[in-house]
Amino acid sequence: MKKSKLVMIVGALLTLALFVFPLWNITLEAPQYPEPLGMDIWITKITDHNPHDIKNINLMNHYIGMRDVPTDLPEFKIFPIVILVMAFLGVIVGLIGNKKLYLSWGILMILLGLAGMYDFYLWLYDYGHNLSPHAAIKIPGQGYMPPLLGSKSILNFNAISLPMTGAYFLFAGIGMSFLSYFMAKKEL
Amino acid sequence: MKTILKSTFILLAFAVIFSSCGKSEKQSDGILASNAAEKVYVKPGELDEYYAFVSGGFSGQLTVYGLPSGRLLKVIPVFSVDAEKGWGFNEETKPMLNTSHGFIPWDDSHHPDISQTVGEVDGRWVFINGNNTPRIAKIDLTTFETTEIIELPNSAGNHSSSFVTENTEYIVAGTRFSVPVPQKDMPIKEYKGNFKGALSFISVEPTHGKMNLEFQILMPGFNYDLAHPGRGNSHGWFFFTTYNTEEANTLLEVNASQNDKDFIAAVNWKKAEEYIKAGKGKKMPTNYAHNVYDEETHMATSTMKKEVLVLDPSELPGLVYFLPTPKSPHGCDVDPSGEYIVGSGKLSANLTVHSFSKMLKAIEGKKFATSLYNIPVINAEDIQAGVVQQAGLGPLHTEFDDKGNAYTTFFITSEVVKWKLGTWDVVDRKPTYYSVGHLMIPGGNSRKPSGKYLLAMNKITKDRYLPTGPEVTQSAQLFDISGEKMELLLDFPTVGEPHYAAGISADKVIKNSKKYYDLSKNKHPYVVKSEAETKVVRNGKEVHVYMTSIRSHFAPDNIEGIKVGDRVYFHVTNLEQDYDVPHGFAIIGANNAELLIMPGQTETLVWEPKQVGVWPFYCSDFCSALHQEMQGYVRVSPANSAIELKWSIGE
Repeated sequence: MKKSKLVMIVGALLTLALFVFPLWNITLEAPQYPEPLGMDIWITKITDHNPHDIKNINLMNHYIGMRDVPTDLPEFKIFPIVILVMAFLGVIVGLIGNKKLYLSWGILMILLGLAGMYDFYLWLYDYGHNLSPHAAIKIPGQGYMPPLLGSKSILNFNAISLPMTGAYFLFAGIGMSFLSYFMAKKEL
Repeated sequence: MKTILKSTFILLAFAVIFSSCGKSEKQSDGILASNAAEKVYVKPGELDEYYAFVSGGFSGQLTVYGLPSGRLLKVIPVFSVDAEKGWGFNEETKPMLNTSHGFIPWDDSHHPDISQTVGEVDGRWVFINGNNTPRIAKIDLTTFETTEIIELPNSAGNHSSSFVTENTEYIVAGTRFSVPVPQKDMPIKEYKGNFKGALSFISVEPTHGKMNLEFQILMPGFNYDLAHPGRGNSHGWFFFTTYNTEEANTLLEVNASQNDKDFIAAVNWKKAEEYIKAGKGKKMPTNYAHNVYDEETHMATSTMKKEVLVLDPSELPGLVYFLPTPKSPHGCDVDPSGEYIVGSGKLSANLTVHSFSKMLKAIEGKKFATSLYNIPVINAEDIQAGVVQQAGLGPLHTEFDDKGNAYTTFFITSEVVKWKLGTWDVVDRKPTYYSVGHLMIPGGNSRKPSGKYLLAMNKITKDRYLPTGPEVTQSAQLFDISGEKMELLLDFPTVGEPHYAAGISADKVIKNSKKYYDLSKNKHPYVVKSEAETKVVRNGKEVHVYMTSIRSHFAPDNIEGIKVGDRVYFHVTNLEQDYDVPHGFAIIGANNAELLIMPGQTETLVWEPKQVGVWPFYCSDFCSALHQEMQGYVRVSPANSAIELKWSIGE
């Protein structure tokens, strides 16, 4: 088997790591939390970074009228299907061995990733702005949307949003599809 | 004129020299003092190097300090009720203070000791004795809470307690006052020969730490004052100082000070185990309480035990030997190697040190001076290791460092004296302010004491602090013992009487310290794990409120249908699962105390409303930004009212 084919197939399979590792993490730092609160975002769920973190984030957030962190989002059903389908297609593409298909798979994956990020942004916006009118603490004009990437100070908290292990596998998978394209070019 | 000028100049020069001398002396004082300050300064946000568990004496509690800073970290309620924490007031902890005399709200806590593994303090549990109504308590160092208290039958004035053997096989507790065993109505003056002194051996189950009174040795009617275990070669033996070997029953200050020598009783507990295996113990009917706090039900239960196994040393050869020791010895301390047993004759100016190996030789050679109640008395000369001559007046207690030195407190001369094991020479002495009792070196009662700090505990402070009326604080004083000479670093006030202390390197404890109780493991019979499950249930005149607390509300927070004459049980579960978020519960007119509920815990307060009205309750521990809003109301109607029970939140 040509090396480029192997790289493409392995790259496609790497995306399956998203079922094993979380994709993204949001951490909330504050002086009273020497151990910061954090939630890990997977393609299938959101979990505590340390035990009971989400419960404690919700407790903090209810004062400013934010809803609880969702345990159930439609994305949790859609994302796994997308990843499974793409991984499967990637393997097929690799077996076919067409370098243009490698490139297409990589670009499609980037587009899907960007769509996912946009979806994530919409959810974050809604989570940070759609507040209960009965909130105990109301600060006119203040939104509580965590950053999409990087850090942002929100009241007494510093919110940090960064990719986690799963995302790096995804990036590596996409990267390998491009690599396989260039390798295939050379092999000719 | 010239000579006048000259001599004036010389005088001036002298004056300058002298004054600068004075100055430089003062400066060096200043440098010393600031050096001591640096040694005890723990920067804000930084942690102390050692935990010191200091008994509260007549407060009945155990206080936790950080060393070297001397910062008070916690007062752990043990033998005395503590309204602040609801200890002995809430329904869950009332059974902890149950005894054969009923509920006892106070005691006198004296000698904390830390559990050991292979002769080193391991930081799992602290044990401490209640003197007045004889008991031994166990404090769990994952939660810093008292989790077990066992009463000691046949004992009175539980003073030579609670000392731990090398592998925490036993917690040993001796009686100070001898009493009739079993108790009976008899003339006091028939004391001699009829009263007995019980030495209790309590086993500790190695994994969960459950205590059990395994056996008691019924000794002659002396006063058993202090004790320490053997270690290394002397592991398997326990040593107790005695006074009143005269067996006086009145005016002891004179009548118990007549014998030139009293004894250290050397008890071979491995032999005791052999005798028990051979069936030589006798089961004796008795009555004592054994109280256990369960961390999952968050409740204590008290069980009355009806039997104790006793051994009679006058019938069992080889179990006990008496080592003659001058003048009513008080402290009984064993060095880290286990070879030297230091007896502090409190009415003597000298310290007597016995040799364990010489004692064994004398026993092997059956060289005894005499016997008392059929217990052999060994010749004092045959076991003597050395005497520390004229070290001070009123020696009380000795601890050891890691460099072969011993440190003894002298009550009357109010000082700590450092001396060398083996040469018996005094090396250094430092005054204490004032009238020092015990002293503590972290790991002191173990094979591996630390050689860094010594904590002296003083009974009297007079002018050492700002005056506070007739009652002034007692104190602890920290010395640096890392050098040849001791250096006083710090002087800090204490809770109650700092009778004795036990210290341990903090890293052995920190890693096991719990942050909250796991709510999912809460098995309290009245727990509710969500607000949806909260309810109020009437059972005749008893009403049970299944309540929850979480930032910043109680559920339910409006309750109606309570009547005058009801007995209302508020079972409050703290639903939090975060570090350092306790909630309190206080209700107007409660005849007991508040609740202070840790995250994941359930506690119960009984409330008996006596007046019709609408009565508030609130959270008493500042929990959150909306802590002030954490409140609710109970409507109390007349006894004959027909108002139905109703409860709600947010309606």
